[in-house]
Amino acid sequence: MSTPKANQPALTIPPAVQHARIHGLGSYRPERVVSNAEICENIDSSDEWIQQRTGIIERRFAAPDESIIDMSEAASLQAMKQAGVTADDIDFILFATISHPYQTPAAAPLLAIRLGITSPGALDLSAACAGYCYGISMANDMVRSGSAKYVLVVGVEKLSDYVDPHDRGSAFIFADGAGAAVVGPSDFPGIGPTLYGSDGDKWDNIVQKDSWLNLREAIENPESGLTPRWPYIEMKGQSVFRWAVFSIAPIAKKTLEASGVTPDQLDAFVPHQANMRISDAMVKAMKLPEDVPVARDIATTGNTSAASVPLAMHRMLQAGDAPSGGLALQIGFGAGLAYAAQVVVMP
Amino acid sequence: MALNENEILAGLAEIVNEETGVETDAVEMDKSFTEDLDIDSLSMMTIVVNAEDKFGVRIPDDEVKNLTHVRDAVNFINSNQG
Repeated sequence: MSTPKANQPALTIPPAVQHARIHGLGSYRPERVVSNAEICENIDSSDEWIQQRTGIIERRFAAPDESIIDMSEAASLQAMKQAGVTADDIDFILFATISHPYQTPAAAPLLAIRLGITSPGALDLSAACAGYCYGISMANDMVRSGSAKYVLVVGVEKLSDYVDPHDRGSAFIFADGAGAAVVGPSDFPGIGPTLYGSDGDKWDNIVQKDSWLNLREAIENPESGLTPRWPYIEMKGQSVFRWAVFSIAPIAKKTLEASGVTPDQLDAFVPHQANMRISDAMVKAMKLPEDVPVARDIATTGNTSAASVPLAMHRMLQAGDAPSGGLALQIGFGAGLAYAAQVVVMP
Repeated sequence: MALNENEILAGLAEIVNEETGVETDAVEMDKSFTEDLDIDSLSMMTIVVNAEDKFGVRIPDDEVKNLTHVRDAVNFINSNQG
């Protein structure tokens, strides 16, 4: 074991904070409502079939010139307003997305400029539908360790750019939207322990069809036999359903145990809005009491990946379906396959 | 002790009934899960996982698409039960 060299100063570290919580939450839903009938203009399906398989009645698509930065700016301003913080208070931006159309640089610094946040730490998180809950976990750790005072966590997607409208397996599922949270110091524990994990054996269950290298080869080398095509996201729905319900539901129960909360003490259950059937099956597998409100935002919002948990929670709070100050179990799960779950005190 | 075909069929019918409400008597060997019993792909996954628990078998995701009829599932369980 190494020891510090003699005659050198001990490192100065910031003072730790005992607790952190979510101070403010915001959301943004694009204006354009896309019906199942419109989706079915490109796939052989029906409104009834989509509703029966997914619970989705309609979803929102961003305008062609509306970016993930535009959407996350709107959600962030709401979250900052509720938290009572200004741009000067934000030390760090954790930006969860899989639909930033640049390999590099990250989207987070662009959002910082929009919000007038001067020189924050800013990076993107690539954990798909689990990204926001990973972000809340990391923000909690940063605030409590003293490395940041206020962290802005964003979950945003413009999946309409990355889903093949002709793919009968995914075209009706995914949608666009943004959610944001401000995490900062607290007098009480506001974010419980996060249970996280991944299963790389199922890496191809939700996946970009082709790598960028394949796309380059197809463009630059016509003799390769590869067809240049946009690398849409595809999904093995049955396999994902099985994993989500039968592997993730037990994680949800363990997350409650780790926080010292029993299912009947929850004021809300906010699973990633993957599919209403998954949410229903998780509730059944968890034996969640019937009077615990369950987020069902997917019905009119679709599956917005990293944005779905904050969008769903914000809607429940605004509609009065869940109380400010109450306990919510939130759980993100998806491509990776990866998951993260925690109990939070709702702002 | 290994179950015989009829016992597996009866157990499978109970699982199908619990997931979908289809009467156990309707779950017959020559019935198609999708065409005759109107069971969709997600309900089928739930049935598969519950069958794994009940019969102590492992039914991989890739195998599920081959289980189109009740007979296919009964035969697979019969051949692979512990």
